[in-house]
Amino acid sequence: MDNSYDAIMARKNEIIKSAVGMDFDRFEKPGIGFDYEAMMAATGYTLDEIRRVQSMFSIGNTPLIELKNLTELARKCAPEGKGARIFIKDEASNPSGSFKARRACTSVYQAKKLGYKGVVTATSGNYGAAVACCAAMAGLKCIVVQECYDSKGIGQPEIIEKARKCEALGAEVVQLSVGPELFSTVLQLLEETGYFNASLYTPFGIAGVETLGYEIAEQFRARFSKDPDVVVCTNAGGGNLTGTARGLRKAGCKAKVVAASVNLSGLHMASDSQFNKKSFTTGHTGFGVPYSVNPDHSDVPRSAARPLRYMDRYVTVTQGSVFYITECLASLEGLEKGPAGNTSLAAAFRLAQDMDREQCIVVQETEYTGAGKHINPQLSFARQNGIDIHFGDPKDEIPGKNIILPAHPSLIQVTDLDLDHMRRSRIKRAVGTHKDELTEDDIRFLVEETNTNEEFVLNAIASL
Amino acid sequence: MAKKGDWVQIHNIVLPPEERSGSLPEDTKANPLEMWVKGYLVNDAEIGEEAEVITRTGRHAKGVVVKVDPYFEHNFGFFIPEVLEIGNTVRKITFGGED
Repeated sequence: MDNSYDAIMARKNEIIKSAVGMDFDRFEKPGIGFDYEAMMAATGYTLDEIRRVQSMFSIGNTPLIELKNLTELARKCAPEGKGARIFIKDEASNPSGSFKARRACTSVYQAKKLGYKGVVTATSGNYGAAVACCAAMAGLKCIVVQECYDSKGIGQPEIIEKARKCEALGAEVVQLSVGPELFSTVLQLLEETGYFNASLYTPFGIAGVETLGYEIAEQFRARFSKDPDVVVCTNAGGGNLTGTARGLRKAGCKAKVVAASVNLSGLHMASDSQFNKKSFTTGHTGFGVPYSVNPDHSDVPRSAARPLRYMDRYVTVTQGSVFYITECLASLEGLEKGPAGNTSLAAAFRLAQDMDREQCIVVQETEYTGAGKHINPQLSFARQNGIDIHFGDPKDEIPGKNIILPAHPSLIQVTDLDLDHMRRSRIKRAVGTHKDELTEDDIRFLVEETNTNEEFVLNAIASL
Repeated sequence: MAKKGDWVQIHNIVLPPEERSGSLPEDTKANPLEMWVKGYLVNDAEIGEEAEVITRTGRHAKGVVVKVDPYFEHNFGFFIPEVLEIGNTVRKITFGGED
C-alpha cells in the first residue's frame, strides 16, 4: 500500500468512516450547511444515558468549590460593591485528572460496544491521558499520537508529562516532531490497526462534555436555588465550551458563556523554532481563534465542536497572568492545579471585578498537575529558552519574548476579541468558493453557526 | 549492544523535508517529520542500528535504536524565586501582614 503523505490523505474519508463507525455524509445538506443537531443525535445516547456511562467509569459529579479567598482578593482589586463570588468545578478529580475524561469516555464506550479492539487519538494534551484511562478501564488497546519535540529533539515538559501519564495508563505513545502532518500518521495507524478514531471532535466526545454544563446548573441550584450568572470556559479546539454550553442549555440555565484563551498572537503554531517559545501548549489563541472560525479542519469531516454557536463573549489573558493566578490558587485556596486549565480562572478573576457581589461566576474546570505540567517547570523551561520573565504590567507581554507576571493582582486584565469580526470570518469560511445563490437553508445554517440573526448574516454576505 | 526483548526507543523519519506538506513555515519545512516509538526489540541490535520492535499494543515498528531502557527525566524545574514572591504578595493583600 502507498503510504506517502498524499496517498494517505487521499484515503482520508474512507479511513475515517470505518474508524468512527459513522457516515458523516448523511448529515450534509444541499448548499453549504449540514444538520448539526442530527449529527449530535446520531450518537444514539441521551444526556441521561451518557451520565450513566460516565458513572460506570467513575467520571463526573466533581466538586464545585467556592474560592472565597480568591474572591476576597478580587474584591480588594475591584471598585466598591463589586466582586462576584468565584467558583471552580474541580474537574481534576476525574479519573484521568481533567474534564477530558468526560470527552473520552463515550468514544471508548462506543468503540467497545461496536467491537473495536483499540482506540487511536491525536493529542498532546490531557485528552490522551483521558482516552488511555478509559481504554484501560474498558480493556481496549490505546495509541496516543502527540506532537512533542522540535527539530533539536527538545520536548515541551508539559507534553512529555502527558506521554508519561499515557504510558502509565497502558497506552502506546507515538511521538512526532513539529508539524500538522501528524494527521496522516494518525490515519496510517487507524488503517494499520483497524482501531476506533477517538477523535476530540466527534459527536461522542462533545456529547460527553454536556454533562459538565448540566452538573454545574444542578449543583448551583441545589446549593443556592439559582443559576450562576457567568460560566467561563478555557477555549482551544472549542469542544470544552461547546459541550459545556449545550449542557447548560439542556438544563435550561441562562448563564452567559464566556470563552477565554491565553494570548499567543504572533507565534506560528506550526513553526519548529517557535514550538518551545510557547509556555502554553493548549488553551491558547493559536487553537482557539482558528477552530472557532473554521471548526471543520479537524480530523473528522464535520466537527461537533462549534464554539461560535454558544459563546457570548471571547476574552484573552496573558501567559504571565495565568501563571500568577495558578500560584494564587495554590497559595490562597490550597489547590495546586495545572496552569493551562486556569486560563479561564485568570479571566474570571478579572470579570468578577465588573460584577456585583451577589453575582456568581463559575470556572468550569481544573486539571491535574505534576512534573513538567506545573507553573515552576514551565517557567523554568521558558527561562532556559531565553524568555525574559519579570514582574510588571501584563499588557507589555510579547508572546515568545517575555512573560510578565503582574506586579499586583489588580493588573490582571482581559482583552475582548471582536466576536462580530470572528462571526463574519466564519461566514466567509462557510461560504468559501460556493458559487450558487444561497438558499434559505444556507442562511439559517449561518445564523446558527454564528449565533446571530438573518440581518447580520445577510450584511456579512453582502460585504464578502 | 541491546538484546532481544529489551525495552528500547526507536526513531525514524516519517517525511523527509522535500515530502512535507506544502503549507508549512520555512523553518519547519527545512526539517524532516520525525517519529519516536518504544517497544521490545525483536532481535539483538546496536544503538544506532535499524531494528524492529513490538510496541505496547502489539504493533511491529521499525526504526533506528536510540535508547535502551528509556526513562522520563522531566521534573519540577529550577528554582523560580518569582513563584515565592507571588505567594507572599497575594497572601499579604488578602490576609494582611504578619502582625
